[in-house]
Amino acid sequence: MTEEKIDTAAYMAPGDKAKIIKVSGASNVRKKLLDMGIMPGVVIEMIRPAPLGDPVQIKIKGYHLSLRKTEASRIVIKKQRQKE
Amino acid sequence: MRLSDARPHTRLILSEIEGGERLEKKLTDMGLIPGEQISKLESSGKGPVMLLVKGAKIVIGRGMADKIIVKEKIIKKNITIALVGNPNSGKTSIFNNLTGTRQHVGNYPGVTVEKKEGSLQYGDYTMRIIDLPGVYSLTAYSLDEVVARNFILESKPDLIVDVVDSSNLERNLYLATQLMELGTPLVLAFNMSDIAKAAGQHIDEDTFSKLVGIKIVPTVGTKNKGTTQLLKTIVETYQRKEQIKKISINYGKEIEDELSKLSCSLKDTQSLTKQYPIRWLAIKLIEGDKDMLDFVKTKVGTSEILKQSTLSRNHIKSIFADDPETIIADRRYGFINGMLHEVITNTAESHLKVSDMIDRVVVNRIAGIPIFLGIMWLMFKAIFVLSERPMEWIEYAQTIVAAFISGFLPEGSFIQGLIVDGMIGGVGSVLVFVPIIFMLFLCMSILEDSGYMARIAFIVDKFMHKIGLHGRSFIPMLLGFGCNVPAIMATRVIESKKDRLTTILINPFMSCGAKLPIYTLLIGAFFSKSISGNVLFSLYLLGFVMAVLMAKLLRKFVFIGESAPFVMELPPYRMPTIRGLFTHMWERGWLYIKKAGTVILLGCILIWSLSALPLHAQGDLSKSYIARVGRFIEPVIKPLGFDWKIGTALISGIVAKEIVVGTLGVLYGAEEGEDNRPTSLRNALREDRYPDGRRVFTPLIAYALMVFVLLYIPCLSTAAVIRKESGSWGWMFFSISYSTFLAWLAAFIVYQGGRLLGF
Repeated sequence: MTEEKIDTAAYMAPGDKAKIIKVSGASNVRKKLLDMGIMPGVVIEMIRPAPLGDPVQIKIKGYHLSLRKTEASRIVIKKQRQKE
Repeated sequence: MRLSDARPHTRLILSEIEGGERLEKKLTDMGLIPGEQISKLESSGKGPVMLLVKGAKIVIGRGMADKIIVKEKIIKKNITIALVGNPNSGKTSIFNNLTGTRQHVGNYPGVTVEKKEGSLQYGDYTMRIIDLPGVYSLTAYSLDEVVARNFILESKPDLIVDVVDSSNLERNLYLATQLMELGTPLVLAFNMSDIAKAAGQHIDEDTFSKLVGIKIVPTVGTKNKGTTQLLKTIVETYQRKEQIKKISINYGKEIEDELSKLSCSLKDTQSLTKQYPIRWLAIKLIEGDKDMLDFVKTKVGTSEILKQSTLSRNHIKSIFADDPETIIADRRYGFINGMLHEVITNTAESHLKVSDMIDRVVVNRIAGIPIFLGIMWLMFKAIFVLSERPMEWIEYAQTIVAAFISGFLPEGSFIQGLIVDGMIGGVGSVLVFVPIIFMLFLCMSILEDSGYMARIAFIVDKFMHKIGLHGRSFIPMLLGFGCNVPAIMATRVIESKKDRLTTILINPFMSCGAKLPIYTLLIGAFFSKSISGNVLFSLYLLGFVMAVLMAKLLRKFVFIGESAPFVMELPPYRMPTIRGLFTHMWERGWLYIKKAGTVILLGCILIWSLSALPLHAQGDLSKSYIARVGRFIEPVIKPLGFDWKIGTALISGIVAKEIVVGTLGVLYGAEEGEDNRPTSLRNALREDRYPDGRRVFTPLIAYALMVFVLLYIPCLSTAAVIRKESGSWGWMFFSISYSTFLAWLAAFIVYQGGRLLGF
């Protein structure tokens, strides 16, 4: 059984995978995120936060990217958590 | 070759006429003189031959043509090639493979982004290769992107080579989709193909070429593989550029409809179409590209176009419930995915496994920071310890050369002083830093090429963000410990102008390598061995604290507003290659020698001359020009405990900080007579007294002086770079004045405070 939850990428735990629904925020930041492949429909995986807790390391389109939590909170996701 | 066998319509040079004087005379009368440029018009293989000589057509018999020897004139073709690619795609190694040592570094007009250019000869072609800055996209988001885009659109290169990381095709090809739209012939270099292959990825290059009409060349930049194939493909693509069918991405009916509407209204505006490809411009307008919208606004009669682009954008927004740029980016990625699906078997994701494992340790929550600090400590140890010996050798060589040359010159004369103390001393003070600077750049290259540099920014960003900066500001600040010149140049990786200017302005507080000899001299002379390390550390720390404080203040009062977003790739770890490391080290080290060295040398000669002139004051330094300047500022620096000699040294240090030591050497050397090895200069400083018997230097004064040197005016070279990088004289003067004021204040507090405390 899968449970679906709408959330932002800032609240993902390491190892979580989710599908991006929307990228909100100011146009220049959104464009930068788009250029790096962060767009609706793409799967994003949380790898880990930095040693000081911020920024975070994520995996997208087969490569690793770092974002601050403020930027991650602009990425609206649909978390898919498997339940036993 | 005989004229009868020559190909028609090629340029020929007549080299010889066989068959005796009579024939030669006859042909010469017709204008067929050896050395003349001619061409053959008809070639039926039989019968008479028609020629074009000096613009006139003449006909000669085949027999005669047999007797005429010609050479084909080779026409050199000059083509300009732009090299583009994502950061971390190995573009630099491809550039080095192509051009070898025939490179030179300059700047793009108007901006300070470094422009690397090289040339090579391949077959009939002379290729000029421009290494454009590494970019992810052509959205004109950062300065680098603007530069890359403008170069392609305005300088119109004959061909573009896009260097693509084969192990990360999806994101790397995103740039290629945008390059395709520019209409310039394109060749893709699938770099690091060995890594992708090892990970089990197979690319069907032929199918790819057929699908998109672009040739692919697999390369391994670090091992110089595929370079010849790349050159061959460049020439083939260039020669066939007219026949290459252009494949453009289909953005779907709704967007395509809007694009054609917009293209229609664009078509008749010559001022736009002669500069940019129509479809590309239409796409940019629909994407809402600010630069292009501003450009269109400046042209006359474009109100209709602007109206149409707003209409189109709104229409697309209403259909998709999302903005056009998202839809367009999505379609581009869709195009890439569709293509990769056709040509790739097995994606190369497994290559990330090793990198993931390293990351698990290196940016680990608990171990990450200790490892980071350990690496920084190791780097500093390496820089300072390993360069110690070569520095001694250089000093030794300088003494020998100076002694050798003084032998040829009249003892005690002005010319001997100028050459030995001014020039050789000046060259020596530049060269002595070369080992330390090269070691620093070697370490930087290791960090950068291995991929750890990005992790540094990742680890420290939270801290840097707290003081109003960006994780990327850390790298220039770290470089500042070596030399502010390359450090300030390195700030161009910072995308936001506010962050960039802040980083530039606080950078001179990072205690650079040139300040170290002053510390070494003064600490060696006035502090015991047991505390010398702590004294030195306190200076580095003070510089850092000052930088943090000023960053906070600047962000609060001068550059108000949010700092830039932190969106940065963490590239997979890679083993740096020896060749890559040494190329980087050499390039940057040489830049330092050139930029700083020449200024330092001139400064040394100037300072020496000032101290030796006017001639009638010979021997009496207190009557020299430089002493007059030193005395003039003495009242200002008296509250800091400094005398005119220190003032003089500080003034000469404006040229370059290490000259402070040189000047003190000259000033005291002149008083002492002959020997000016560092040990004796230390003694001279210790023993120097005012007429009333007070010592000129005390440990407290020495410390105040070091604090002053740490903070005051960035050196001439740094000031020049600040002007260039900030693009204004204003910021340069601001930097000079506020840092000098701060230096005075800090030295005042140290000296007067220290006296109150009884030191």
